[in-house]
Amino acid sequence: MINLYEVEETNKMVEQENLDVRTITMGISLLDCVDADLSRCMEKIYDKITTAARNLVKTGDEIAREFGVPIINKRISVTPIALIGSAACKTAEDFAKIAGVLDRAARQVGVNFIGGYSAVVSKGMTAADELLIRSIPMALAGTERVCSSVNVGSTRCGIDMDAVKLMGEIIRETAQRTAAQDSLGCAKLVVFCNAPDDNPFMAGAFHGVTEGDLVINVGVSGPGVVKTAIEKVRGKNFEALCETIKKTAFKVTRVGQLVAKEASERLGVPFGIVDLSLAPTPAVGDSVAEILCEIGLEKVGAPGTTAALALLNDQVKKGGVMASSYVGGLSGAFIPVSEDQGMIDAVNAGALTLEKLEAMTCVCSVGLDMIAIPGDTSAASISGILADEMAIGMVNQKTTAVRLIPVIGKGVGETVEFGGLLGYAPIMPVNPYGCEAFVNRGGRIPAPIHSFKN
Amino acid sequence: MKKAIITVVGHDTVGIIARVCTYLAENQINILDISQTIVQGYFNMMMIVDRSACEKHFADVATELEELGRQIGVIIKCQREEIFAQMHRI
Repeated sequence: MINLYEVEETNKMVEQENLDVRTITMGISLLDCVDADLSRCMEKIYDKITTAARNLVKTGDEIAREFGVPIINKRISVTPIALIGSAACKTAEDFAKIAGVLDRAARQVGVNFIGGYSAVVSKGMTAADELLIRSIPMALAGTERVCSSVNVGSTRCGIDMDAVKLMGEIIRETAQRTAAQDSLGCAKLVVFCNAPDDNPFMAGAFHGVTEGDLVINVGVSGPGVVKTAIEKVRGKNFEALCETIKKTAFKVTRVGQLVAKEASERLGVPFGIVDLSLAPTPAVGDSVAEILCEIGLEKVGAPGTTAALALLNDQVKKGGVMASSYVGGLSGAFIPVSEDQGMIDAVNAGALTLEKLEAMTCVCSVGLDMIAIPGDTSAASISGILADEMAIGMVNQKTTAVRLIPVIGKGVGETVEFGGLLGYAPIMPVNPYGCEAFVNRGGRIPAPIHSFKN
Repeated sequence: MKKAIITVVGHDTVGIIARVCTYLAENQINILDISQTIVQGYFNMMMIVDRSACEKHFADVATELEELGRQIGVIIKCQREEIFAQMHRI
């Protein structure tokens, strides 16, 4: 029988250590909405989303109430729109109209984000893929809740450098189009290598073509819980540290598993995966950087940071994997800058640079995330950063992603405020030397030798 | 059996258990176990209850108990047992 101490431990995690379920994300396949007629296609998309997800928010709120665990976000991911609109859209404007429909559907069902305004172009772009990509600035400037992502590389296919070059320009254009809101559009745009089909976290969520018609994926979070737990093993050896992280990750993930199963049952939608990520928020005590400091760093970015993050990421996976019947998505430690107070402090102190963050992405779950850079950074430099990060993902057979915000009109030393869960960020310097000749070569980088496993 | 855990935390005062138990009785919620401690005047109670006979929606029961807590001046939480069982039992 459950005892008082166990009940207290769980409730303390929720009340004092920011334990929550970060998101219940319903994946919706829109493949059956494909139509050569654009209005018909848009109508089908709106109807499918508003029917499938009509009870999502209500159900999420009820589950949160019954278990006493907050469920912060209820969201939707859809099949990459480049596929869905390929028959109907003849121009970038046509694609942007679909973004408008997604936004309206998201409002109607009450979700705060809808992901999947996406294209998967690891090896090459179709005409429709390219039109969708070119429509991204327009789509993100004209909508509130739509999130976009483009997968430009994979371990199996290599990196499509034409798409990388184009995305450098698109990120800049998105920043310019949303300059009045401190280039907020770029916070809703992710460039991936090896993007998972079942990621529940925004802005990179989309419902991959390997998925079924509908699915429920859940993302948990609990940096504060891990931080509090490892305070008790301060000064102890790595074995004690790793065991503590594993046990804590297990407990956190079990909450996600329970919520996912319950949501799946009530909504009558199959359970997909639990994503056992440590996702920070700007709230004090909800920071991955604070965990790294508790492990023994004075500031994130100090020597030892990459090793500390590597062990954290691995123990989170090991602890979480046994707690859920299906683990997927990104699963690991996120290291966004603007969404993590400890990371912001490290940047302000001069401890953390873009180059160190790049090294950290080799061992964390995703990549360069929510990093504000000067507004005058060239498209080629952005493409160069993208290419570096994609190469790390391709060679290491892991998911990597980039979410950079070139803040138009602002430079190093200034701060940008995005608000809410997106937080605020000091603008970080970018290496001033150019890479135009590299980016302009065109074509693609071949898949690495270790991709040939047939 | 559908179990739930009710926790009550706050300054000790006359009638906390009586008020909570009255509410539970009125709603056909059966008490299976009670454990309670008082540390430096702080009242800390946990009840394991069976809610199978209760006709109300569980989320409403949780809200009403929370409201009752506000009236008494204590914090009352009512949660489904699975959240604790999942976290602390393999």
